[in-house]
Amino acid sequence: MPSAADFEALVLTLRLALTTTVVLLVLGTPVAWWLAQTRWRFKFLLEAVIALPLVLPPTVLGFYLLMALGPQGPLGRLMNAIGGPSLAFSFTGLVIGSVIYSLPFVVQPLHNAFVALGRRPLEVAATLRASPWDRFFTVVVPMARPAFFTAVVLAFAHTIGEFGVVLMIGGNIPGETKVVSIAVYEHVEALEYAQAHWLSAGLLVFSLVLLAAVYAWNRRCAVMYP
Amino acid sequence: MAGRRGAERDSVSGVGIGLQLKVSRGDFTLECTLRLPAAGVTAVLGPSGSGKTTLLRVVAGLEYERDVFVSIGSTVWQEGRHFVPPHRRSVGMVFQEPSLFDHLTVRGNIEYGLKRVRKERRQVAFEQVVELAGVADLLRRKPQTLSGGERQRVAIARALAVSPRLLLMDEPLAAVDEPRRQELVPMIAAVQKALRIPVIYVTHATSEAAQLADHLVLLNRGRVVASGSINEMIGRLDLPLAQDRDAAAVVEARVCGYDPRYHLTELEFSGGRIMLVRQRLPAGESVRLRIAARDVSIALERPNASSILNVFPASVEALDEQEPGQVMVRLRAGQAAILARISRKSADQLQLVPGSSVFVQVKSMALVV
Repeated sequence: MPSAADFEALVLTLRLALTTTVVLLVLGTPVAWWLAQTRWRFKFLLEAVIALPLVLPPTVLGFYLLMALGPQGPLGRLMNAIGGPSLAFSFTGLVIGSVIYSLPFVVQPLHNAFVALGRRPLEVAATLRASPWDRFFTVVVPMARPAFFTAVVLAFAHTIGEFGVVLMIGGNIPGETKVVSIAVYEHVEALEYAQAHWLSAGLLVFSLVLLAAVYAWNRRCAVMYP
Repeated sequence: MAGRRGAERDSVSGVGIGLQLKVSRGDFTLECTLRLPAAGVTAVLGPSGSGKTTLLRVVAGLEYERDVFVSIGSTVWQEGRHFVPPHRRSVGMVFQEPSLFDHLTVRGNIEYGLKRVRKERRQVAFEQVVELAGVADLLRRKPQTLSGGERQRVAIARALAVSPRLLLMDEPLAAVDEPRRQELVPMIAAVQKALRIPVIYVTHATSEAAQLADHLVLLNRGRVVASGSINEMIGRLDLPLAQDRDAAAVVEARVCGYDPRYHLTELEFSGGRIMLVRQRLPAGESVRLRIAARDVSIALERPNASSILNVFPASVEALDEQEPGQVMVRLRAGQAAILARISRKSADQLQLVPGSSVFVQVKSMALVV
C-alpha cells in the first residue's frame, strides 16, 4: 500500500509539473514569438542556448543550477539581498530548474508554428481592425492551437520525468522537493520494491490517462516526441 | 519636409486620395506622386515587379517606410514620422490569395472585422455584403471546403464588412480560374456601385482594368508611366494599353428603350444609338459598354444590307501601326473614343488619315455594370 509520504510525492510532482507548464507558457510564448518575427542576425545564438537542455546531461544542468541557486551563486545572493528564501533545495528552486530543463520543449514547437503561420494572417487581421494584442489572441493562438497543445503536453510530461536535475538541486526534502522520480529511486535503493511499484505504476497510469485525454481532445495534433 | 517634396505634397492632399512615395525595393525604386479620385475604381496596371503591390501595401500601412505621404480626403495616414497603423486606417484589403481564417467559418470570417467596428461607424450591414458577394449559402462552411472563387468572394465580403473608406484589391482574380473570373468582375463592379466605396484595384490584366476602372494608373519599374481617366487613357495609342490583344474602348451609354419582340435593349451614347440583344434593363440606367478593337470594322459608306446592327458615323483621329501589317485606329463618335484594329492594307485601301469621315461597325460588345 502506498504510504502517505508516497501520496505526498505524487501530489508534489503534479504541482511541480503544473507550475512549470504554466510558467513556461507565460515565458516561452513571447520568446517563441519574438524569435519568429525577428530578423536579428545573431538569432541563431539564442536558438542554440534555448536548445542546450536537449543536449546537456541533466546532471550538468543540475550542477550549474546548484552553483547559481546556492548562497554563493548569483541567484542565491540576489535572493539573499532582497530577503527572499533560499533557492537551493526548495520548491521554487525546482521550478526554476524545471523551467530551464523543459524550455526547448515549449519554445520550439511554438516557434515552428509561428513561423509556419507567416505574416499574412496577421496582415489580414490588421486590415480588419485588429490591434496587435487582438491579432495575437484571436488569430495566432487559435491557428497555432496544435503547437500549444504539443508544448503543454511536452512540458508537463517532461517535468514529471525529471530526475537528474532534481537529484542535484532538490535535496530530497519530503513535501518540498521529493518528487516521485526521486521517491522511486529511494525505495529501490532501500529494496522497498512494493512501494516502488505503487508509485511507478500509479504515475504511469495517471500519465497515460492524461495523455490519452489530451490527444483525444486535440485530434488534429500529431506529436512526435524526439 | 520643405522644398520640392513639400510643394508636391500640397498638390496631392486635400480631396481624394493623395500619395507620394519613394520606396526602395530590390532592384528598383518605387517613386510616385499621385492624386486619385475619391470615388469609383482606380486601376493600377503594370507588369509583375512594377511595384504595384508595394504601392497598395504602403497605402494600407503594411509597409513602414520613411519617405511616404498618404492621405485620404483631409485625413493624413502617413507623413514623415506620423504613421497611422493599419488597424486604425479605414481600409479594407483583398489579397491575391484569399487568406481566410481557417479556424473560423465563413460567417466568422466576415464578422471578424465587422465586430471590431463600432456600431455608429458601420455603414454596411452583414446581410448586405453577404448578398452582394453572393455567399449566403456558404455561411456555415469552413474555408477549407470552398473553391478558389468562393473563397475570394468571402474575402471580398469580409473586407467590405469593416465599412472601409477605401477598398484595396491586390490582383484578387489572379488565383481564380477563367470562368470564375468572368463572374467575379461584374460582381466587383456591382459591389462598388452599390456601396460607393472608392477602390484601388491592382492588376496586370488589361481586360480587368478596362472593365472596372474609372481612372487608370500605369506603372512600370516603379514609375508612373501615365495616369488619367479611363476614357483618356484607352484612346492613347502610345501606351502599352493599346497594344494589348484585348484592347478595347469603354463607352458610357444610357438605356433608352426596349424592343420586346427582338429582346433588344436600346442605348444612347454621345455618338448615336446602340442596340444590344439582352434582357431588359431599367430605362435611364447608366451603363458602360466595352467594345473590343477586334470587333470593330470600318467602312467608307454606311452598309445597307448587313447583319451588323450597330453602325454609326465617326471620324478618324489617329492611326498607329502596331505590328507589321496591323494598324490600330482611334476614332471619335460624338464624344466617345472607339478603337478599331484593322489590316494595314485596308487602312491604305480606304485611304484613312486623321480627319477621314467613316462609318464604324461594331459586331459585338460587352456590357459592364
